Amino acid sequence: MTRVEVQQKVLSENERIAKTLREALTANGVYCPNFISSPGAGKTLLLERTLALFPPDTRVAVLTGDIQTDNDAQRLARYGFPVRQITTGGSCHLDARMVEKALDGWTIESLDYLFIENVGNLVCPSSYDLGENNKIVILSTTEGEDKPLKYPATFSRAGLVILNKIDLLPYVPFSLELAKENVRKVNPNVEILEVSCTTGAGLDKWYQWLEQRRAGCAQAKSALGVV
Amino acid sequence: MHEMSIATSVLEAVEAEAEKHGGARVTKIGLRIGEWSGVDPESLRFCFDALAAGNEASAPEIEIDFRPRQNRCPTCGTIFALKDFEIQCPQCRAEVTEPVSGNELEVAYIELEEP
Repeated sequence: MTRVEVQQKVLSENERIAKTLREALTANGVYCPNFISSPGAGKTLLLERTLALFPPDTRVAVLTGDIQTDNDAQRLARYGFPVRQITTGGSCHLDARMVEKALDGWTIESLDYLFIENVGNLVCPSSYDLGENNKIVILSTTEGEDKPLKYPATFSRAGLVILNKIDLLPYVPFSLELAKENVRKVNPNVEILEVSCTTGAGLDKWYQWLEQRRAGCAQAKSALGVV
Repeated sequence: MHEMSIATSVLEAVEAEAEKHGGARVTKIGLRIGEWSGVDPESLRFCFDALAAGNEASAPEIEIDFRPRQNRCPTCGTIFALKDFEIQCPQCRAEVTEPVSGNELEVAYIELEEP
């Protein structure tokens, strides 16, 4: 018997591809968020709201992942920006290779934003780096406040948490304060935004947040150019 | 449930490693899995069994080293196990401590049959 030390990450191939994607996005000043939530929390509607606000010359493209159907791509394509569906055919998450393949034929240089909508799932997507700048986790008021504690791996890796469907607060037994407290238990410094994608409440802060991130990426790109 | 993809990735990585050693048969795979890796060790074992179905005799043994979440205090150096979500140092009460284990998802070693 021979023992061989391997000491290698199981997902090292995924991480290699994610690193290449991240380098290409950074070099071109593209801001790329990876949207994660349970099914039905409002990822697609948040993206629709965001695209609807963008002027037609905004340099944005969207990848949207689902196990089956291209319903989300059809919904998102109505706003006139390039959209591609990634149908995983059973897989419960996107991985870096799927993103790399889906980008084929698109020029990253012509983008300021690349939105990636993950498969609705609070567990598996957290293990797969897609080369994104941030994981944005959406939690809605029709779910329990204890979701951050039940899915700590996902919430702990979030660069932003969006609490959606605040318009339903009068009708559901959901405490915003408790939800925020639970988010902070697993991710003490994360920023939390409260929105309703139905009424539009709080979305101004979301747009501001997004624009700041994009400006940050553009700045980082020009800093690279100087060197 | 992405343990099936994880199990497949493990077998791919192991196969590539075994190739470097003349393609010897792998008898054992040692994995390191953190509490917050998002992977459930029992489900993962189930997936290895499913992938080995029909080939049980030659399937490698799987050893899983489960790593609980531990943080290290940068102020006093204490390493402590995390209970619930309390990250404060139990020794000097420093509020900010850094994770040292719990996120692992690694192939630690493999054992190969002698040619």
